[in-house]
Amino acid sequence: MKKLVNDPKNVVDEAVAGFGAAHPDIVRVSLDPVYIVRSDAPQAGKVGIVSGGGSGHEPLHGGFVGFGMLDAAVPGAVFTSPTPDPILAATKAVDGGAGVLHIVKNYTGDVLNFETAADLAAADEIEVRTVIVNDDVAVKDSLYTAGRRGVAGTVLVEKIAGAAAERGDDLTAVATVAEKVIGQVRSMGVALTPCVVPHAGEPSFTLADDEIEIGIGIHGEPGRERIKLEPADAIVDRLLGPILDDLPYTSGDKVLLFINGMGGTPQVELYIVFRRAAEVLAGRGIEVTRTLVGNFTTSLEMQGMSITVLKLDEELTALWDAPVHTAALRWGK
Amino acid sequence: MSLDVAWAQAWIRSSAQVLAEHRAELNTLDREIGDGDHGENMDRGFQAVLPKLDGLADGATPGDAFKTLASTLISTVGGAAGPLYGTAYLKAATAVTGVAELDGAAVVALLTAARDGIVLRGKAESGDKTMIDAWTPAVDAAEQAHAAGADPALVLAAAADAAEAGAVSTEPLVARKGRASYLGERAIGHRDPGAQSTALILRSGADAAASS
Repeated sequence: MKKLVNDPKNVVDEAVAGFGAAHPDIVRVSLDPVYIVRSDAPQAGKVGIVSGGGSGHEPLHGGFVGFGMLDAAVPGAVFTSPTPDPILAATKAVDGGAGVLHIVKNYTGDVLNFETAADLAAADEIEVRTVIVNDDVAVKDSLYTAGRRGVAGTVLVEKIAGAAAERGDDLTAVATVAEKVIGQVRSMGVALTPCVVPHAGEPSFTLADDEIEIGIGIHGEPGRERIKLEPADAIVDRLLGPILDDLPYTSGDKVLLFINGMGGTPQVELYIVFRRAAEVLAGRGIEVTRTLVGNFTTSLEMQGMSITVLKLDEELTALWDAPVHTAALRWGK
Repeated sequence: MSLDVAWAQAWIRSSAQVLAEHRAELNTLDREIGDGDHGENMDRGFQAVLPKLDGLADGATPGDAFKTLASTLISTVGGAAGPLYGTAYLKAATAVTGVAELDGAAVVALLTAARDGIVLRGKAESGDKTMIDAWTPAVDAAEQAHAAGADPALVLAAAADAAEAGAVSTEPLVARKGRASYLGERAIGHRDPGAQSTALILRSGADAAASS
């Protein structure tokens, strides 16, 4: 497997250093411990928003640090949650006196490390609220699993909570709007190929040339079933059905439709997917009023994509439209 | 040998060596039902503690060594294993605070506290296909060995034997916690990597006690 890396041990440090050097107008980076903060952090009186998780999902989360979105991102090793130390350091770096919101994807390691960091922050008298994103309908939320995973819907939570914090909402209000997004967003993904973690050097899982994995998570961890490759439209239907049935989304709903690439899928294929997804939604009387298409929550070089649907109302639409200026999302400013 | 701070240091050093040797094996177990980094993460954490062991103050106790290990694992391992093992060693250290030399009862208390710490953080139960399936049999076996009058080294050996059997016992299980839980029945036939690292670590402790 060929990769553009030096020593695999330095992948995250070197990437974060490069990110900081590329976007000095938006962020500043710390390398020990590793975190990325807005160049103008902390913002006095504004709720700070911190997210993080294993590296390998770029631009999640560092690419979303900046005006109108995250105040800090904490990247762990590739596919490994960050430890509590850098989460605590990032939390302190963005605390403007109005408290800090932690946005955490529902993976056991992320939840445990953010929980520990929040305890430590509380000991330092920083008020921390935590929201857990669990938008992946491929996993049943039951006593028999660790619960639904947090996947691409996280981007929408970060954008909308970030806009709420930017307009001056207090910590409770920002957490409430984040929970509202989590309550109304659902996702499901597919992998056409596995990905290769740099230090492992071999694929995280195997798929035959003609096989795809339906219901994949963002680390290549398996989902619902493994099937033979089908035409794009049939795959979209397999993903969209469980998404729409889960909330459920019904005729008359206005939604944001987000087609997310897993890193190795060309845009041309993502738009084929978008076309079919929009067609299915229209057929159900669901109106797509906002859209996002691109590689925003990736799984290294994995070929595949996920579909995310967020039910919108006036408040969420206004917060989605609010100005944002980050490395990976920019409009209105 | 007596289970003093030299034993605790020897246990940790031996764990570091064994985890380094089994790094690829643990990664492979994790790749089958998780995300493939358990060996990597455990190796990183235990290598990080080695320089700190030499810096323990004169008069340090086994509890001090475990506390150093706990804070190092929490701050270097990441993933789920960091908080889980970190909490285990922190609770273990607390259970034997100030004790210069562990007797059989102290070994049982140490293992019990470690297991309870993992349950507290991870909320897993026996049969969920997690490291608890190695820890709980180890605690039970240690209690029985101690009750039967075994010396501390043999109490540890009994725990290590039971942890190894416990790790094997995870193979036919469906996972109900952690990333493997997403696999449903496809997790059947694979050993839980956390249970396997627990077995390796407890064997290191027993070996260090036997040779000390």
